[in-house]
Amino acid sequence: MNKILLVIQREYLTRIQKKSFWIASLLGPILITAIYAVPIWLATQDKEVKRIEVVDESGLFQTADLVDKEVEFKLVNKPVADLKANFAKEGYTALVHLPKDILSNGKDLKIYSEKNLSLSLKSSIERVIEKKVRAVLMKEAGIASEVYEKTQVDVGSETVTVSEKGDETSSSSGGAMILAGVMGLLLYITLLLYGSQVMNGVIEEKSSRIIEVIISSIKPYQLMLGKILGVGMVGLTQFLLWIVLTIGLSQVASKFYQTSPIQQKMEQVKKADPKVAKELNDASPMAEVTKVIESTNIPLVVGGFLFYFLFGYLLYSSLFAAIGSAVESATEAQQFTFIVMLPIIAAFMMAQFTMQDPDSTMAFWASMIPFTSPINMMVRLPYGVPAWELATSMTLLVLGFLACSWISARIYRIGILMYGKKVTVKEMAKWLFYKG
Amino acid sequence: MILSIQNVVKRYAEHTALAGVSLEIPKGQIFGLLGPNGAGKTSLIRIINQITAPDEGQVIFDGELLQPKHVELIGYLPEERGLYKKMKVGEQLMYLAQLKGLSRTEAQNRLKDWFIRLDIKDWWNKPVDDLSKGMQQKTQFIATVVHEPKLLILDEPFSGFDPINANMLKEEILGLKERGTTILFSTHRMESVEELCDSIALINHSQVVLTGEKEEVRNRYKKDEYAIKFSGALSDTAAFQVVSVDDSGNSAIIKLTQADGTNKAIAALIKQVDLLEFKELIPSFNDIFIQVVEETK
Repeated sequence: MNKILLVIQREYLTRIQKKSFWIASLLGPILITAIYAVPIWLATQDKEVKRIEVVDESGLFQTADLVDKEVEFKLVNKPVADLKANFAKEGYTALVHLPKDILSNGKDLKIYSEKNLSLSLKSSIERVIEKKVRAVLMKEAGIASEVYEKTQVDVGSETVTVSEKGDETSSSSGGAMILAGVMGLLLYITLLLYGSQVMNGVIEEKSSRIIEVIISSIKPYQLMLGKILGVGMVGLTQFLLWIVLTIGLSQVASKFYQTSPIQQKMEQVKKADPKVAKELNDASPMAEVTKVIESTNIPLVVGGFLFYFLFGYLLYSSLFAAIGSAVESATEAQQFTFIVMLPIIAAFMMAQFTMQDPDSTMAFWASMIPFTSPINMMVRLPYGVPAWELATSMTLLVLGFLACSWISARIYRIGILMYGKKVTVKEMAKWLFYKG
Repeated sequence: MILSIQNVVKRYAEHTALAGVSLEIPKGQIFGLLGPNGAGKTSLIRIINQITAPDEGQVIFDGELLQPKHVELIGYLPEERGLYKKMKVGEQLMYLAQLKGLSRTEAQNRLKDWFIRLDIKDWWNKPVDDLSKGMQQKTQFIATVVHEPKLLILDEPFSGFDPINANMLKEEILGLKERGTTILFSTHRMESVEELCDSIALINHSQVVLTGEKEEVRNRYKKDEYAIKFSGALSDTAAFQVVSVDDSGNSAIIKLTQADGTNKAIAALIKQVDLLEFKELIPSFNDIFIQVVEETK
């Protein structure tokens, strides 16, 4: 036991002392943060308040009609031809020309700008003008504007899951799907990443010929187990770093977001009108996240993730170790790694369907079979899974791991001493039955 | 006996590596395990190291049936030996020493002594990748002996050593023997056998074909032949036969008809010729090796 600890220690320390470990640990969170922070940042950059000059030949518009939260309008009474030459130099993004017959011919509205207008700015301008034109037309037709307001309905639904006991929880199918997808992907990547790290470690020991010295001190299965656990701990350390760093970076990123002009303006609007404030809060991404967190059984999902990562990793990495022991170089290993990678890839592909329909027959079986269950059960978990199914899946996974590690250890103890021979799968199968 | 190997059989899928091998290795000796490639030496060494288990037979280590705790009393330098390339020399030796059951502080103290002794103090923090081959061999040797094993197994230890390092290794081996370590020395370099070994065993085709103390084996294989230098005419007598005479006609090889008949032979010789030199021809281990391997084909 003491010797397994020594192996774990060596595997762990040599790996976390590598530069590549720290690069991956830092790059991961930066990438994750960038994936959602950059679009938000770009969006806020774009949404600084735009100034627009308006020439109104119809005489319908007053300054009070031209209000929008992202655009600042200025009515000007000058010939369009003069303004066209100068609006850009004076700091205006665009010049809007409202023709005399705007009521009968809305399509004659012209917007001049130096660069192509963004779609959102164009629709902001059109919305403001449309609103006024509609109001005038309704008044002419004798419809009160209150009638119009009342006919504007917004249908929204809240999904609620009812458990067998009748407990109701507000669920968020969108949120569950995102959570499921993220965890499935994370398991997929880590199974492949750390599994192949174990394999490469075994190949390194074999090709550098240190192996014979080591196994004259400890049993092969102790070495294999120590290596698998050591690399697994590196994996957990990396997870931890990723989580901590991602949260830290997100905090910094959201500070930026809060100090952006658009956010400040939104805060002002919220203060002025509590009703608007509620609507804005409900629509913000933070609200969705909060809703997911509220509707998910966090301890179950986190516990499940750790369990399925641990046993999925143990199962696959023992198979990767067996492959590493049978070959002499990484290139030679490729033909065999495919055999082990196939079920991981299949599991990930099945997970796409499981996510669409977590209660289908395929999803059920995919989350029971030990080779596909880590990814697929993790995808189902946020949607809610009956306890007996979860227990069965976990039991099967542990049994699957025990079977795989038995097979792998048998192959491993023979493989590490085999040199100068191209090994076939058939031969590896024979090794299972060799004595001592 | 430090090691008693009794009727050990090891079979692989396609061949039998050891077909009932029995050997007695006395304490405190340098014991040469000889044999051509593929004879079964490595299979036997792996069994002693408990890397593999015998299919039949048993191994007794220092009076006890060989068991896992004994790995800490055995040091093994395999023929194909390597190191973790990315690890530092000191860290690596600490790891290997602790795997052999030394505590951290014990390992550290002993390694420091070895580093001073072999004059490699400044290597501790060097990555193995930066070491020359000779330096790596010194490192491997330290790893093999740092836990002060009772039995040291060296598989072709001199292969790849330059003369200076080979000499250093030879002296260390002799020093260990003096301090009571038994050394099992597998090789097919006969000059190191002549120089170092006290006893030998020759394995061929999965079986022990010859074993015994060095001098005793040599005596067993001497043919009662003597090289002589003389002047005069030489011919067979009742005491000896002439095997060959060289071109000069002044030196020849004779074979005694009786094993202890040197006095008779000399008496017969001086009647015929003026005898200048009379010397027993002792077979080299090279000759014995080739002869026995040929015979047991």
